[in-house]
Amino acid sequence: MCSTCGCGSGELGVEEGTHAHAHRHADGTVHAHDPEGGLVHVHAHGQAHDANSLEHEAGPAHAHAPGLSPARMLRIEQDILAKNDSYAAGNRSSLSERGIFALNLVSSPGAGKTALLVKTIRSLGDRSLICVIEGDQQTSHDAERIRATDVRAVQINTGRGCHLDAHMVGHAIAQLDPPHHGILMIENVGNLVCPAAFDLGEAHKVVVLSVTEGEDKPLKYPDMFRRASLMLLNKIDLLPHLEFDLERCIAYARRTNPGLAIICVSAQTGEGIPEWLAWLEQAADSARAARNETAAPQHCGPAESGLLPERSLAE
Amino acid sequence: MHEMALAEEVLQIVQDAARREGFRRVRALWLEIGQLSSVEPEAMRFCFEAVARDSIAAGARLEIVAAAGAAWCDECSESVALAALGDACPRCGGYRLRVTGGTLMRVRQLEAE
Repeated sequence: MCSTCGCGSGELGVEEGTHAHAHRHADGTVHAHDPEGGLVHVHAHGQAHDANSLEHEAGPAHAHAPGLSPARMLRIEQDILAKNDSYAAGNRSSLSERGIFALNLVSSPGAGKTALLVKTIRSLGDRSLICVIEGDQQTSHDAERIRATDVRAVQINTGRGCHLDAHMVGHAIAQLDPPHHGILMIENVGNLVCPAAFDLGEAHKVVVLSVTEGEDKPLKYPDMFRRASLMLLNKIDLLPHLEFDLERCIAYARRTNPGLAIICVSAQTGEGIPEWLAWLEQAADSARAARNETAAPQHCGPAESGLLPERSLAE
Repeated sequence: MHEMALAEEVLQIVQDAARREGFRRVRALWLEIGQLSSVEPEAMRFCFEAVARDSIAAGARLEIVAAAGAAWCDECSESVALAALGDACPRCGGYRLRVTGGTLMRVRQLEAE
C-alpha cells in the first residue's frame, strides 16, 4: 500500500518519511510521488474524472502538457473539531484563571434540565455566585425561567444548530462575566448526540436522564454517557407509576462509563437534591485544588480525571 | 444532523487550507473516522456533498477510512478491540473498559489543484 496517500488497498495510512515512486490505480490513474513528500497526480484525460472535475482553468498550476493535469497532495492531519477544541481550551483557561467552575448539562429534550436548574438554584444558600448560559434553537423561555430566580442568565439561540459550540459559549461568557470563584451552569440544547462531541471548556459534563425515557438510553447514546462525569436520574418521584427498570438503567450507564457517578433526583419533590449539591461542592473543590496544584488548565474528562468518587444512589 | 455539523467543520478546514496553500479546487479528500466516534460514514458523505456544493470542494471525492476502536480492560489489564461503545470486553465479557482508540475524526489529506 502506498504510505503517502494510502491508495491501493482502499485504506489510508499516512506515515512519516518520504519516498519516490509511481503506481497505477485500478481506474487507470497514475500516481507519482516525489521524495519531498509532495504528490503529483498524472491522469489521462477522459477517465477517472467526471465532467465537472475536467473544468480546467488557465494558470501557472495548469501549464501542463496535453493529456496531463497536475494536482498536488497536501497533508492536513487536523482533527475535525480542532477549531472548537481550541476555543474550548481558551474558555477553560479563562474560567480557570477566575476560579469559575463550569458544568455542561446535557440531556434529550424534556428530561427536565431547566426545572432541575431552577430547583438547584432555589436550594443554594448563596445565589450570587451562580450564573447560567441557556442553549436552545429558539426562544428565550429557559433564560427567563432562570432569571425568575434572580440569577443572571444569557440565552444562546443556535438557530438551525443542534448543539452549543465553544465559540458561542465564549461570547456568552464574555457577556455574562461570571463572578470569580462562582459556578457557571451551561444548559446545552436538548440532544443526546451532537453535544457529546463539542467540548465547551467545562469541568464536567452532567447528563440528565429522566425515568420517563427508556432505561436503555445509555446504550442508545453511549458517547454522551461515556463523556459525562455524573448522571442525574431525574423525575424519580414518578418511578412508582412507570415500568422503568432502575437497576438495569444504572447497569447500562455503567457499561458505557464504569466511573460514572449516579444520583437519583426529583426537581419536583427535591429528592436527591442535597446529594447533587454535595457532588457539586466536592467537584468544585476538587477542581480548585487541582488548579492550585498546577498552573496548567485542567481538563477533567471522566476517563482521565479519577477526581470524583463514585457516589451511591440517593436512596 | 450530527454529521451535518461535522461536515461544516471539515469544509472549514479545507477552506482554511486553501487560503494558506493557495489552491482553488479540491479533487479528493481523505477523512479518518474512528469506529467509536459516533459518526456514520454514509451520513458524513451525504452531508459533506451538501455543504460542499458551490464551494472549492464541490464534487470532491471523499475517502473515508475507519480507525479501529480500542479500549483498556481493567479486568484483563490488557488493551482489547472494541467494535462499538457499550460492547463487552471480547476477552472477559465484562464492561470495565476505558476507551483508548477509535474516537478521532481527522482530515488526513487532500488532493488539490
